[in-house]
Amino acid sequence: MTDPADFTLVEAAAALRAGQQTSVALTEAVLTRASLTEAAVHAYLTIDRSGALAAAEAADRRISSGRAVGPLDGLPIALKDNMMTRGLETTASSKILAGYIPPYDGTVVARLREAGAVFVGKTNLDEFAMGSSTENSAFGPTRNPWNLDTVPGGSSGGSAAAVAAGSALAGLGSDTGGSIRQPAALCGLVGMKPTYGLVSRYGLIAFASSLDQIGPLTHTVEDAAILYEAIAGHDPLDATSFPGPAPSGTVRLGAGVSGLRVGIVNELSGQGIDDEVMAAFRTTVERLAAAGAEIVELSLPSTATALSAYYLIAPAECSANLARFDGVRYGLRIDGGTVDEMMSRTRADGFGPEVIRRILLGTYALSAGYYDAFYGQAQRVRTLIIQEFAAAYEQVDVLVSPTAPAPAFELGAKTQDPLSMYMQDICTIPSNLSGHPAMSVPVGLSTTGLPIGFQVMAPALGETVMFQVAAAIEELSDDIGRPVLEVVAS
Amino acid sequence: MKWEPVIGIEVHVELETQSKMFCGCAVDFEAEPNTNVCPVCLGLPGALPVPNRTAIEWITKIGLAFNCSISERSQFHRKNYFYSDQPKNYQISQFDVPVCHDGWIDVTVDGETSRIRVNRAHMEEDTGKSIHVGESGRIHSATETLLNFNRAGVPLVEIVSEADIRSAAQARAYAQDLRTVVAALGVSDAKLEEGSIRFDANVSIRPVGTEPFGTKVEVKNMNSFRSLERAVDYEILRQADVLDQGGTVDQETRHWDEGEGVTHSMRSKEGSSDYRYFPEPDLLPIEVTEEWRNEIAATLPELPSARAARYVGLGVDADSATSLAGSEPLMVMFESSLAAGAPAQVAANWLTGEVTAWSRRESTDITDSALTGQHVAQLAAMVEANSLSSTAAKEVLGHVLAGEGDPADVAAAHDLIQISDSGALESAVDQVIGENEDQFARLAGGEDKLIGFFVGQVMRVTGGKADPRAVTDIIRSRIG
Ligand SMILES: [Zn+2]
Repeated sequence: MTDPADFTLVEAAAALRAGQQTSVALTEAVLTRASLTEAAVHAYLTIDRSGALAAAEAADRRISSGRAVGPLDGLPIALKDNMMTRGLETTASSKILAGYIPPYDGTVVARLREAGAVFVGKTNLDEFAMGSSTENSAFGPTRNPWNLDTVPGGSSGGSAAAVAAGSALAGLGSDTGGSIRQPAALCGLVGMKPTYGLVSRYGLIAFASSLDQIGPLTHTVEDAAILYEAIAGHDPLDATSFPGPAPSGTVRLGAGVSGLRVGIVNELSGQGIDDEVMAAFRTTVERLAAAGAEIVELSLPSTATALSAYYLIAPAECSANLARFDGVRYGLRIDGGTVDEMMSRTRADGFGPEVIRRILLGTYALSAGYYDAFYGQAQRVRTLIIQEFAAAYEQVDVLVSPTAPAPAFELGAKTQDPLSMYMQDICTIPSNLSGHPAMSVPVGLSTTGLPIGFQVMAPALGETVMFQVAAAIEELSDDIGRPVLEVVAS
Repeated sequence: MKWEPVIGIEVHVELETQSKMFCGCAVDFEAEPNTNVCPVCLGLPGALPVPNRTAIEWITKIGLAFNCSISERSQFHRKNYFYSDQPKNYQISQFDVPVCHDGWIDVTVDGETSRIRVNRAHMEEDTGKSIHVGESGRIHSATETLLNFNRAGVPLVEIVSEADIRSAAQARAYAQDLRTVVAALGVSDAKLEEGSIRFDANVSIRPVGTEPFGTKVEVKNMNSFRSLERAVDYEILRQADVLDQGGTVDQETRHWDEGEGVTHSMRSKEGSSDYRYFPEPDLLPIEVTEEWRNEIAATLPELPSARAARYVGLGVDADSATSLAGSEPLMVMFESSLAAGAPAQVAANWLTGEVTAWSRRESTDITDSALTGQHVAQLAAMVEANSLSSTAAKEVLGHVLAGEGDPADVAAAHDLIQISDSGALESAVDQVIGENEDQFARLAGGEDKLIGFFVGQVMRVTGGKADPRAVTDIIRSRIG
């Protein structure tokens, strides 16, 4: 019999409804799994055992009295530690916020609470979501459950590792340049970034405001669609929130790909991509064609400059977003002779090297005399990318590419070389710049037994067709199974 | 050398909306420190701004009142600088596309009217307040700084004039007119002493007859119109002195010291600051559609210039009309006097004359005096009915302003009522004729200049309370 910690959301919800499981039992199962895996994996920064069990008991009372509030009621879920949770420590993996207890819930957290979700705890990330390996955490790295010598990807590596290891049934991440999709690819999960504006950013610690989106990390496409539907929708507390209804994630699941036009982006499917990843990509494309999709090859030349544009826009925004961490009102404070001195010391000591690197980069890009050459130029590139993608979506229903250029790499392999770390997001960044939805689906394992992801991209508000194609790919691909952790097996 | 001052004024107006610019917290400066705060205006992690639609409406009103063009789409920017009372360490402001741009107002000084162009009016948020605690209360020796964030995020409109102002008096007139208009719009209580309206002046000088601007100095910390005028005057003279002695003016910010009557350099604090403006990614562009703009325009109250023209139409002289229309308390008193039935020019004379003089002498706002429009109308009626001389009326006005009661009571209490009762006057006249029969015979015989003598005698016996015209009539009737 399957350990309940390895259930999908759909399986767990069915078991709850059928009375075969209780929310408390499910929660105990993932907590037990965490107690076995955490020493090796370190997916969590905080595990809220008592809060989770209390929420599970409440869910069980609702379910047993026939008042379940929806498909997520009673299901244990992990939250990335950059989402405000009232009364539960939230740090963004930064020393500057160590011990910080938020006085409010972010909108997504509030919605999931109302939907009955059980929060297992807060997961590790690259500090302030800046990184692609979860090694830039002030509280130590997370390891990939598929191979503990490798990274889980990042920045949502903690949520990805928790779901992969079974210490949560699903997780939430945030994606600024690929921070959901790349860890999903590296941990063998489905990871999805919605259209910018569909999911509220209220209560998400901002990295780059014009790029950040919260999204699900799950075992299956259907789970991702359900979790996406629970968190999407207009929020009056976020002025950039899309005012209309969010497109359905579930309505076209199982509808196949027959007659759909699938575009391959040449610039994202060749240079710099690992051979095994390319092979898995081609196999998947062939399967889509065999299933009736029309395959179109496209060129989007501006994507070649996307990485450069991203590394000006995101740091510029973060340089302002992170200015509030100054030791005055909350968080770390290192005293100094003057207020200015206190602020400088607090920030120098409180931020890690990657965060400082990006703040400096962003500050420089916005400086008088440089603004137009850097930030201004990056915005023009961004406009070009949006136009090229819009033109491409005139011809095709979805675009596809590999998600990450290679399977998971070893810890420490890229920490001394920021540029090679930045290359991790080469395929994922364009959709953040264009604001379009994109997701990663696992399509196979490498010869070393590491997962490989496949990216599906769709036009703005194209979630329905994107989930439809992703579900078809899941159906057409071989099941990669679950990682085998010795600590659990023994 | 002869120097010409070139002055621009920057004004910050705190809008008195119910809630703050980007959150639901109340705008209330009386509240206990740090009680009107929330995650947004405290800059907590994860909080996001949502713009206040009323504030956008009100800045549009301000722009329309200053004859500005209104941008259909304008943009919020982040202005980055670290300061402990600024929660996010950036201020949400506007940069290249403000809500309002390219307006003007006409300013009159000593009968001469000049058009001062308004460069822009843009929307931003206020900061919190720092309270420096220490032995002297000064920032340098402070041992502790307390922060109150109740003001953080209050909607602020910055109105920037072009450098069209040419004298300290004109700077003052511009500031006063601007304050009057803002107060008339009802969007701010616009009180200088409470900082809800704040004026900074950019002052430079150039040789008369030349075009290029000199180096400009920003002068801050003026908390009355008088100190604005004094500070600008001082700064003009200081710069002229520096240049006359062969020196150069530094581009800097200077603080006006009201007590010493001088400006001090603040150079230690600000270098050449680079605010690294960039478009605020948390907010969409502000849209003011033509339809909305027209709706807002329809709600504009009568503005001072139009009001002055209306008063002239009622028969008030131009100078008085401008004074009345330009001062909120005078305008309110004048309107209520008219409503109570006072003749326009009579009320205008008293309000711009005795009442204004009293207000200055007593340093008391007219609205804080005991005078009402009813009083003004009553007083005017008494003069009209000859029961008060116009001299006595002015005296009565003084007593009413001081709170002694209504005009009739005051006039009676001070024995200022004219005798216009014909019986009483006739017996007084007959008494005087009886005492001066010789002179009366000469008057009756055609020596007309003696009429003055008889009127004077009647005034003497009535203690000055007789209506001289009525007395004259009675004497003439005795001759005939
Ligand atoms: Zn607030």
